[in-house]
Amino acid sequence: MSPEITPSQTVGPYFHICLEWGDAGKYVAPAGTDGLFRLHGHILDGTGDPIPDAMIETWQADADGRFDHPDDPRGAVSWQDFTGFGRCSTDEDGFYEIFTIKPGTFLDRDGVMEAAHLNVSVFSRGLLARLVTRIYFDDEQDSNAADPVLARVPEERRGTLIAVSTEDGYRHDIHTQGPSETVFFDV
Amino acid sequence: MADLVLPSGYAGHSDDPPLDSPDYRSTVLRHPKRPLIAIPHGLSEITGPVFGEDRLGDVDNDLTKQHSGEPLGERIIVYGRVLDAGGKPIPDTLIEIWQANAAGRYLHKGDQHPAPLDPNFSGLGRTLTDSEGRYEFISVKPGAYPWGNHYNAWRPQHIHFSLYGRAFPQRLVTQMYFPGDPLFEFDPIYNSVRDERARARMVARFDLSRTVPNWALAYEWDIVLRGHGMTPFEEEIG
Ligand SMILES: [Fe+3]
Repeated sequence: MSPEITPSQTVGPYFHICLEWGDAGKYVAPAGTDGLFRLHGHILDGTGDPIPDAMIETWQADADGRFDHPDDPRGAVSWQDFTGFGRCSTDEDGFYEIFTIKPGTFLDRDGVMEAAHLNVSVFSRGLLARLVTRIYFDDEQDSNAADPVLARVPEERRGTLIAVSTEDGYRHDIHTQGPSETVFFDV
Repeated sequence: MADLVLPSGYAGHSDDPPLDSPDYRSTVLRHPKRPLIAIPHGLSEITGPVFGEDRLGDVDNDLTKQHSGEPLGERIIVYGRVLDAGGKPIPDTLIEIWQANAAGRYLHKGDQHPAPLDPNFSGLGRTLTDSEGRYEFISVKPGAYPWGNHYNAWRPQHIHFSLYGRAFPQRLVTQMYFPGDPLFEFDPIYNSVRDERARARMVARFDLSRTVPNWALAYEWDIVLRGHGMTPFEEEIG
């Protein structure tokens, strides 16, 4: 008989003891890497108040659209000191920041091109399981228009998944609830 | 160009608690109200971060040896295996844990419980599973602690666990409980998992055979992450 899956529970308010990795979490690629930018924003609740005890995690392809992972059928590729993984806990204002590079596009199942995106998990006190979302980029309009995952999202909500260009990178807020509720995925 | 042949996606997580669980009050303003949108598992889902020894740093699997003296409390061994839902062990995968000390107090600025901190206990541990998916921690049994959810609310004794598995859908943060805790029936977080048998999967088993005479009580807890299988989406499109 197959074992049954262990259920999820909340991270609670004290996850920082273990899961706060500081700069090792915030930097997906080292400072000084070509093309490194700052992605920042706020995580907000249903009344628009900041969530001060949340954590965001990101997972992404490298600049060439490759993954350093044995299950990538094109072969695992490790690119410079790039980890592909980012993590930041929010401060008292619900603010987070991650330093990363733009992931490349890649051909996925059925030869469909996926636009540049980060896979995102959101954890917090009050969330009994993580929320899964994606972050796309507002300067990739053509590939966003052809992206198979964005295509599954009603047009009027797609904007909640698209980060806005700033002077030093991109800004992206996540609303876990409310009129501007971010699109979350069942993966 | 030939289409890529990708491994199948990851199936199942139906025993997770509903995000809308109002008995746990902090869920009320934080859970999404619109339905989640199902997506197929492509390259960015069948992959995920893989951590090695470099992530362990100075922290290891013995929480009683991180300071000059030994922490107070009931010494315990927590061990088990990390498996996928197909029963396959997941080797070399990072497990991170955090917990209150024996008095029920976290080493965290937000914890206002008037119970003593222990100068010999930080309450965090890290380890990698071995080639057969096995892990082991040595620690002290965490105390129960009060919280503000409702009048006279207390959390059952628990250890927080964070796991990555080998792919994005396998990511799991959960809590391990101890058998026979009298606080189970009053705890909205434990009871947010609706199915009784699924709740039981969060409870470790006391193991006399691994208990070390005159030294430490042993608890066994296997953690099961999602396994390969067709997602409902893949079934739907054939
Ligand atoms: Fe806790």
